[in-house]
Amino acid sequence: MPELNLTSAPAHLRHGSNIGQPLTRRDGVLKVTGQATYAADNHPPGMLFAVIATSSIARGRVASLDVAAAKRHPGVVDVMTSDHKPPLAIDPEIKTNPFVFRMEALQSNEVRYANQPIAVVIAETLEAATEGAALLAPRYETLPALIGLDAGESFVPPVVGVGNPTENHRGDVEAGLASAETQIDATYETPPQYHNAMEPHAVVAHWDGDKLSVDMPTQGLKLSLARIAELFGIAHDKIHIRSPFLGGGFGSKGLMGGPPVLGIMAAKLVGKPVKLVLRREQMYGPVGHRAPTRQRLRIGADGEGRLTALDHHARTVSSTFDDFYEPAADASHTLYAAPAIRTSHDAVRVNTGTPLFMRAPGEATGSIALESAIDEMAWACGIDPLSFRLKNYAEVEPITGKPFSSKALRACYDQGAARFGWAKRPLQPRQMRDDAGLLVGWGMGTATFPALMFQAEARAAIRRDGSGVMEIGAHDMGQGAWTALAQIAADAVGLDVDRVTFKAGTSDLPDAGIAGGSAHTATAGAAIHSAGAAVIAKLADLATNDERSPLFGAGNAGVIARDGRLIRRDDESRGESYAEILARAGVAEVEAHGTGAPNPAAMEEYAMHAHGAVFAEVKVDPELGQVRVTRMVGAFAAGRIVNPRMVQSQLFGGMIWGLSFALHEEAVTDRRSGRIMNANLGEYHVPVNADVPPLDVITVEEHDPHVNALGIKGVGEIGITGSAAAVANAVWHATGVRVRKFPIRIEELLAQR
Amino acid sequence: MKPFDYVRPATVTEAVAAAAQPGAVYLAAGTNLLDLMKGGVSRPDRLVDVTHLDGLDGIERLADGSLRIGALVSNADLAHDADFARSYPAVAEALLSGASAQLRNAATVGGNLLQRTRCAYFYDTASRCNKREAGSGCDARGGENRTHAVLGWSESCIATHPSDFCVPLVALGAVVEIEGRAGRREIALDELHRLPGDTPERESALEPGDLIVAVRLPPAAREFAPHARYLKVRERTSYAFAVVSAAAALRIENGRIAEARLALGGVAAKPWRASAAEDVLKGVAPTTDAFQEAAWRALTDAKPSGDNAFKIELARRIVVRALTLAAAGTPARLPALPASPFASTSGAIHA
Ligand SMILES: Cc1cc2nc3c(=O)[nH]c(=O)nc-3n(C[C@H](O)[C@H](O)[C@H](O)COP(=O)(O)OP(=O)(O)OC[C@H]3O[C@@H](n4cnc5c(N)ncnc54)[C@H](O)[C@@H]3O)c2cc1C
Ligand code: SF4
Repeated sequence: MPELNLTSAPAHLRHGSNIGQPLTRRDGVLKVTGQATYAADNHPPGMLFAVIATSSIARGRVASLDVAAAKRHPGVVDVMTSDHKPPLAIDPEIKTNPFVFRMEALQSNEVRYANQPIAVVIAETLEAATEGAALLAPRYETLPALIGLDAGESFVPPVVGVGNPTENHRGDVEAGLASAETQIDATYETPPQYHNAMEPHAVVAHWDGDKLSVDMPTQGLKLSLARIAELFGIAHDKIHIRSPFLGGGFGSKGLMGGPPVLGIMAAKLVGKPVKLVLRREQMYGPVGHRAPTRQRLRIGADGEGRLTALDHHARTVSSTFDDFYEPAADASHTLYAAPAIRTSHDAVRVNTGTPLFMRAPGEATGSIALESAIDEMAWACGIDPLSFRLKNYAEVEPITGKPFSSKALRACYDQGAARFGWAKRPLQPRQMRDDAGLLVGWGMGTATFPALMFQAEARAAIRRDGSGVMEIGAHDMGQGAWTALAQIAADAVGLDVDRVTFKAGTSDLPDAGIAGGSAHTATAGAAIHSAGAAVIAKLADLATNDERSPLFGAGNAGVIARDGRLIRRDDESRGESYAEILARAGVAEVEAHGTGAPNPAAMEEYAMHAHGAVFAEVKVDPELGQVRVTRMVGAFAAGRIVNPRMVQSQLFGGMIWGLSFALHEEAVTDRRSGRIMNANLGEYHVPVNADVPPLDVITVEEHDPHVNALGIKGVGEIGITGSAAAVANAVWHATGVRVRKFPIRIEELLAQR
Repeated sequence: MKPFDYVRPATVTEAVAAAAQPGAVYLAAGTNLLDLMKGGVSRPDRLVDVTHLDGLDGIERLADGSLRIGALVSNADLAHDADFARSYPAVAEALLSGASAQLRNAATVGGNLLQRTRCAYFYDTASRCNKREAGSGCDARGGENRTHAVLGWSESCIATHPSDFCVPLVALGAVVEIEGRAGRREIALDELHRLPGDTPERESALEPGDLIVAVRLPPAAREFAPHARYLKVRERTSYAFAVVSAAAALRIENGRIAEARLALGGVAAKPWRASAAEDVLKGVAPTTDAFQEAAWRALTDAKPSGDNAFKIELARRIVVRALTLAAAGTPARLPALPASPFASTSGAIHA
């Protein structure tokens, strides 16, 4: 497959500078014409098909597999089991760094969760491999499975999320509650959810001697590279991973899990290229999920409706063999100015694949509970939910006392409420009906997500013909990174976006960090920005030190790069083109590297978060309990908006996921076997078009000089926060029934008519 | 996938002969069967593809006023046939409330009637299921069963029949024409699906080789056209099976119900005709009280089979609503969200 070069994509409309323009996706035409090659679209010559056999028990061991029957099946080439597999260089259970996800690579016959890979059948056709896997007819020694939030002794994990402290507090919560005029004590439950990216996890692995080429969707090229290198004991430069497109990841393609490793092992075993693609139901296990939570909120308020205390405790689960704890209670750190705040977590171990980050891990689960509870408190105090939030508006980050690097939440509330028409909302629930007699309710939620930065590198070059190159191993998961990052690249080197060859998506390029934490545009963008500045500085050195250049001696005044020319800052009539500078210098190209990284000093001084306010209208059938969202408005402040079109679509997607969280998504787990009973897109409900109302997104202007050089906060995850609770609160407002178990089910609303 | 023979008979007689062999099944559009095969739930030795048979894809009005629908007519073509939708609006509404547009374009009339239950334990081959493997047990009992049956279930099986189409059909007294080894016969649709009893693996009255060739709506079915609705409560606005549904059809003369038809979906192993409730409505004025009485009658024998007691109350409310909607009159145009409680939302809000 040729490496992807996006400069061949059709030209784009552009007015003025690149950042801030609503360019359409640069890879859009490739995608809609079927030319975008996803991992599973690769078919190297001689390729075989591998199919995973998975466990149907959640705990125990595999006693036997009928390997002979599978091998007898026409077309089956080999069966990889814990007794018959290529050796790995290290035990996949060893955590060489915190970003290692423990996986099943057939290292033993132990079963730790339902749907765990227990063998791999390799065959000439997908059909033969599939049937071979069925013929293995595993027999098990089964142990009683640990299932659910009360499966066993709870414990306090050492950290939650990615290194967050398990407990936090400020002020005296008990005293705050004791002094409160009004108190609420409410417990909310959220179910297990699965990422369900459209593109299943897939790998095409091809060994050539000790060199390995891998086609695989990943949100972390360099992390995957390092993991493959250590597992197979080969040098980084022997491995080439291509991940030009991802059909969604949402966190599940962040850390390398077992299935792609099994594909690479299978290719090694048979000495031929092998493709391994998970079936939809196989994605419910080895590739992460959002853990269930049970969250208790105790909140106190004084006679004026000012919070006196906020106590948020979350129970969650992890697997029996690895640690990821949904940091749900942390959602209470940033939003409301309670003088006393305490957040804490505990967990139980269950027979599940290890949970993992899934779009807004912690914030999504925590926010639906917190924002429901705030709504309950507003009602208990007899105050409009928006007024209540404004009354308790945090001018500094409540848990740390730090000032915010920027916070335009008030403007979000104002603009969102105005667009929605919130002022007309009756305080009492169950007051509004439409012409058809359906109950109508309005609810809101506050959105928040931290503005994170990871580490990234980029390489920039200016070529003799005046064009630019920007290289960074960044990931386009469908969010439009190639477009947004290319826009940043174009501005960084002072060229039109179509004059810059933007290379991304392969592991030989500079490390772009992980595409997660809503930090990819900010992190990769900062690296691109700095590489661009560095290469322009080199070019400027050539010119300003050359007496033949009109820029000679401009050193102190400085130069600006614009439209392929360097011009004097103090006299824009003096300048020359990149091509002229390089031609005169007799240099084929100049190149430079740049990095993006968090700024520890700024982080020490400021709390950095994006914010938003989401307003939702629902209709509920008063007798039948069916719910439908009919309107949503979200106003978000997330620093600089690199590409409004991409940002809007990220926020739409997040808001729809919030709706889904409130009303639809749940992995139904059999309480005895631990198997997920709806592991398919027919029955694991996500919203369909008819569930998604007209969405209105407002991006509120916000300038943040502290988060990073470009002032970008990230928009990938914030849309889901706030939205889920806005829908849930609207259901309450429509019906007067407060449902605290998500998703909200018909039977909960039937109780009252 | 397990290898299988694929045969494409040229005539109905050949088809019947081919399908009468052990291990043979009919293949229509395959929207249900192929999923079952991929999941290892069905492992047939032979597929008898009926989609190329002649003469099974017509919709014809017979001399006596009944309507004959060929077994291969697609769900979409039937629902969008203007004359059909006008004459049997509740059936069209039910069809259009099922599955997705793509599935309806493919799915056939015969396949819809004989689609299998959506019981998750039936689909999960690691679970015990009497229907899939006679005598193995029923893991749905004591499992995740909030959507299972509340009527006609047995200790052996608590599954429901998921079809929407069948619900108004059974209310309107549809008849199924069958071609079998002994020639042609017909049975009432109400007798096609069996309740589980001790033999949930026997789902229908069909014998090996029996091919459904047509479904017939009797002449009287048209008379309900002015007052016929289908209502389906589901867990998302579209593309979801019914939690509970109901078809209601009334013949109203001089302000009184001359005749009522009522059937429930999603509550039993068959589309559930509520004859006792129909009787209650005969000759009375179409009032809420009468509808409530009918709803009680329809659910008299209902009992929860698990975490699904709510479905009984929901079914009562759906019956009342469906009858109310039917009494109000069939809308001139099929709603944009067929059979949905949100079908008639105008968008205007008042306090
Ligand atoms: C995701 C999804 C959602 C769905 N949602 C709904 C829904 O909301 N409501 C609803 O009602 N349905 C729903 N369906 C089911 C759908 O209606 C059925 O799959 C479809 O009607 C089956 O028709 P088919 O022609 O594809 O049948 P096939 O899959 O080809 O056959 C189904 C069965 O019928 C037998 N068969 C077919 N034709 C004949 C015949 N002429 N004589 C004898 N036996 C025959 C086959 O042997 C097989 O056992 C859904 C399906 C899917 C996959
Ligand atoms: S309810 Fe019926 S179909 Fe479901 S598992 Fe039990 S026997 Fe099988």
